[in-house]
Amino acid sequence: MKIKMSLMALLGGMVFGGAALAEPTPAMLANACAGCHGTNGLSVGPTSPIISGMASEYFVAAMAAYKKGEWPSTIMGRIAKGYSDEQIKAMGDFFAKQPFVRAAQKNDAAKAKTGAKLHEEYCEKCHEKGGSAGEDAGVLAGQWMPYLEHAMEDYTSGKRPMTKKMQKQVDQLVQDHKHAGVEALVNFYGSAK
Amino acid sequence: MFKVNRRDFMKLTGGAAVVGSVLGMPHIARAAGQKVVVIGGGPGGATAAKYLKMGNPGLDVTLIESGDSYVACFLSNEVLSGERTLESLTVGFDGLKKYGITVVKDTASAIDPAAKKVTTSGGKTFDYDRCVVSPGVEFNYEAVVGYSEAASHKAPHAWKAGPQTLLLRKQLEDMKDGGTFVIVAPPNPFRCPPGPYERAAQVAMYFKHKKPKSKIIILDPKDDFAKKGLFIKAWTSLYGYGTPDSMIKWVSGADGGKVDKIDMETLTVSAQTEDFKADVLNVIPPQKAGHIAHVADLVNEKGWCSVNKKTFESSKHPGVHIIGDASDATTMPKSAYSASSQAKVCAAAIIDLLAGKEPGDPSYVNTCYSIAGPDYGFSVAGVYTYDAEKNEIAGVKGAGGLTPVDASPEMLKREVGYAHSWLANIVADSWK
Repeated sequence: MKIKMSLMALLGGMVFGGAALAEPTPAMLANACAGCHGTNGLSVGPTSPIISGMASEYFVAAMAAYKKGEWPSTIMGRIAKGYSDEQIKAMGDFFAKQPFVRAAQKNDAAKAKTGAKLHEEYCEKCHEKGGSAGEDAGVLAGQWMPYLEHAMEDYTSGKRPMTKKMQKQVDQLVQDHKHAGVEALVNFYGSAK
Repeated sequence: MFKVNRRDFMKLTGGAAVVGSVLGMPHIARAAGQKVVVIGGGPGGATAAKYLKMGNPGLDVTLIESGDSYVACFLSNEVLSGERTLESLTVGFDGLKKYGITVVKDTASAIDPAAKKVTTSGGKTFDYDRCVVSPGVEFNYEAVVGYSEAASHKAPHAWKAGPQTLLLRKQLEDMKDGGTFVIVAPPNPFRCPPGPYERAAQVAMYFKHKKPKSKIIILDPKDDFAKKGLFIKAWTSLYGYGTPDSMIKWVSGADGGKVDKIDMETLTVSAQTEDFKADVLNVIPPQKAGHIAHVADLVNEKGWCSVNKKTFESSKHPGVHIIGDASDATTMPKSAYSASSQAKVCAAAIIDLLAGKEPGDPSYVNTCYSIAGPDYGFSVAGVYTYDAEKNEIAGVKGAGGLTPVDASPEMLKREVGYAHSWLANIVADSWK
């Protein structure tokens, strides 16, 4: 074992004459996230979101936005800056393959019912299947509610940028239903079993 | 310079098996049943055991731990303020058993690195192919003149959560309003660098509501400490720090905070320039690697375990890996998250080594939260890579760091939520 390793090192040294570029495996990179986001990204909550089962493209876009400070965060931006684009892509592909298991959490049934209607009216067109499809968006159905609250607070206060399409819908929602509308939506997503 | 990574190297040479046979060293992953013995069921040991099994279910993993459960030190300052119960920080080992890990309730008493055997005080012997040692810290009680292990039953350290935490909480509850709580802070390096200062804040939060005339004095041999700017700001805005009425007083090393001796009869602490009479005294002694690391000859002259930072294998005894607080991986703070992150790096390296492969490149993270008051939290984070030339863990430049000192109240509030989420997730990730 030792002999083989030193021979490999020697060969590497002779043939390539330089230190190898660090390239941790996707699992090595992703496992370091688990202390906050749960084993394989399945957060047990309540505030840090589940990131398992998230579309890789969305993960990459989110991390890029955190890295550049375009999305507000407490700690995520500081951590995102520690990874190259390639490493972020590798983590995104890793988490996309892990199952998303909906969080079991308390929610207000009446608000969730209202939220279901609001979802149909304002959100379903893009966040399909009750917010459970996540091709170019985060999975909403079964996500931890405190995380959704924070995200919506950042969206509605203008701190977190949205696509024009989403901006229009969120503005309309808030105009029509105020904060209660947002709260209802959060309860609806939190109620997904 | 032309650089190539390990994977490309493997591609170019046609893979490990071919390299092996070309060099006349056939290299086939060994059959299942290779044994790894993990000593210590804290965040380091538990995570190592779990990730070894997750990474290679064929391994035979045994965890030796003396307790029936583990009581997390992290966030135990909230027990002192009455915000949290000790039960909420207690976790059993049944979760690990579900992964097929054999959990043995016993204390490792010796490691024979030549024979590759661990002996326990219960008289059992365990063979291993690789051994992981995660013993945490041990206290140098006698380094504080007048203090001792016996004295810790009167002036608790409460630096390992459990009965000591409850004892200190009871003393704070029994203390009269107008009393003085003295914290003797340890020199570097020690477990949980922001801990003494968070402790002061948590106890101040309790005093503010229940015993507002009371004072907290931190006697410190150091002039600097983790998250200092954030703590000073929090103490100032919450507990009047910097004013004559401040609830918290921090005496730095330069101001004579180094303690010369303690009179346990009167709970009088003699610091370099002044004596302080305590009503409740908390002594956090200087620290070194946990007991088994000393018994097994794994420590360096400073009392910590020198390791290869890529694999956490001992520099003294091959086949034995040391992770967490006990290791000399000092670029990372001695925190639960560091221990857990190092455990994952170590587990992956052991899986590779046992399969006859060169260990892959590590990636490490630390995140650590402090809660200074209601809706007032902050954090430090670090992302690290391995510097092979220096055998050091190196922080990625431009990444990590502290909560900004000008963080908004909303952000400080969110950090409390994230701190509690961190607790739930690190416990689940390590033990469940």
